[in-house]
Amino acid sequence: MKVLTPRELPELFAALETPGAHMLAGGTDLLVRLRAAEREGRALPQALVRLDGVAVLRGIVREADGSLRLGAAATHAELLAHPLLRQELPELAAALCELGSPPIRNMGTLGGNICTASPAGDSLPPLMALGAEVELASLAGTRRMALSDFITGPGRTSLKPGEVLTAVIAPPARNFQVRHFEKVGRRGALAVAVVSLAALVRLERGRVAEARLAWGSVGPTVWRCPEAEAALMGQRLTLTALGRVGAIVRENVRPIDDIRASADYRRQVAGNLLLRLAVL
Amino acid sequence: MMLLFRLNGQSVEVETAPDRRAVDLLRDLGAPHPDVKDVKEGCGTGECGACSVLVDGVHRLSCLMLAAQLAGREVVTASGLGSEAAPHAIQRAFADHGAVQCGFCTPGMAVAAAALLQDNMAPGREDIRRAISGNLCRCTGYVMIVDAIEAAAGKMRSDPSALHEERVASRKAAKSSRKATMPSRKKAGKS
Ligand SMILES: Cc1cc2nc3c(=O)[nH]c(=O)nc-3n(C[C@H](O)[C@H](O)[C@H](O)COP(=O)(O)OP(=O)(O)OC[C@H]3O[C@@H](n4cnc5c(N)ncnc54)[C@H](O)[C@@H]3O)c2cc1C
Ligand code: FES
Ligand code: FES
Repeated sequence: MKVLTPRELPELFAALETPGAHMLAGGTDLLVRLRAAEREGRALPQALVRLDGVAVLRGIVREADGSLRLGAAATHAELLAHPLLRQELPELAAALCELGSPPIRNMGTLGGNICTASPAGDSLPPLMALGAEVELASLAGTRRMALSDFITGPGRTSLKPGEVLTAVIAPPARNFQVRHFEKVGRRGALAVAVVSLAALVRLERGRVAEARLAWGSVGPTVWRCPEAEAALMGQRLTLTALGRVGAIVRENVRPIDDIRASADYRRQVAGNLLLRLAVL
Repeated sequence: MMLLFRLNGQSVEVETAPDRRAVDLLRDLGAPHPDVKDVKEGCGTGECGACSVLVDGVHRLSCLMLAAQLAGREVVTASGLGSEAAPHAIQRAFADHGAVQCGFCTPGMAVAAAALLQDNMAPGREDIRRAISGNLCRCTGYVMIVDAIEAAAGKMRSDPSALHEERVASRKAAKSSRKATMPSRKKAGKS
């Protein structure tokens, strides 16, 4: 495979015109997959186009409306080191903090996590709960869409050939008082999520005025539960109320069995994770 | 491609396929460069940390890097942290604390420890456990590894001359491992 190292966006778009080109960000998903492909004698890309040299794809910038624009090729560690991330997007910071291991966070990028579109991708539940959008750019121009529309299935996105995910835009969420992410895995580090939950709750006089709940690893993509969100409205975040809503979650969620956990365990935990929102 | 980078303080110039895995390249550089066999391949899929290296001071995995990604970089492996005659505080502490059994994980652990100590001169045991959480050891049970890193940090705080000796003793290696051994003043002051 050829390896191309563009420095600017136009150069990057041009490099992507190379026949059989594939983008390489941190390589923590792609190189593992390519190695398996090589072993099994499947076709490899003809060229890898590196994103790590394109400086404009990194960093965090505040937009005019207060949104944060996260560079798609920023590594998890770079994002975590940025004061704005922990201050303004604590649920995303909590997710990235536990993603993989220190070297995986030093290499892997936010864009790679999104484009891999794994049901267990740790950045996805918080970004979905935040209502994040993605910015996609190619020689044809730039478009923006909701992350929830971008991810179309496990491992599937609406990325077109020649298109790059350039940034993730997280709208301000300062009026949510409860901001939470928790991942349940089989061990502390290097653990693929068995179930995860990101939650944003806005309270008015102590009662839920808006709740956004997004689970990871319980379906083919991030799972939302409008029934549970509706049932939380007007409630105080007590263990009793959350327990009742947890039962609604367990009725609606349709997880699968796999090597990491059984469907029953996932169903139970998906409901139980809500209890953490108790602010008594 | 002709690849130029710095490895443990030495300039390296090798002809290589750009998509060769960094771990394979480093272990088999070919004359006149010494092969760097302290970089181990355990899993080849990012899960064990045995192939850990510092690239421009950042803890990365050489099994998930391509040769082309080393171009122009400063690479430090465990053997570049210090020499046999003048071991780095981390290397010394691993030996003194029985933190090495079969030794397969040790170079990767040392690299993870060096990455931690350059940012945090006074890590707690939890910080240490977190810093080595991507490095698996099948032998020691980790306790002695954590002890060793804690002791190395203590030694580096209390005896900066130890660092100095290392650096004079092996000047070339020291150039590249400076980041790994000398925490910034600000951090040191805070601790
Ligand atoms: C040991 C190990 C542990 C892991 N643990 C976790 C974990 O706990 N949680 C988790 O969520 N993930 C985990 N991962 C998966 C992986 O590390 C993350 O998904 C990471 O964020 C991927 O980013 P990357 O930059 O390495 O992607 P790459 O491997 O470089 O790319 C992945 C895919 O996305 C495409 N792509 C990348 N960036 C862009 C872009 N900007 N525009 C368009 N396409 C793009 C690439 O072409 C490729 O197809 C783990 C991986 C390993 C090896
Ligand atoms: S060999 Fe690279 S992480 Fe295991
Ligand atoms: S000493 Fe044997 S793997 Fe750690």
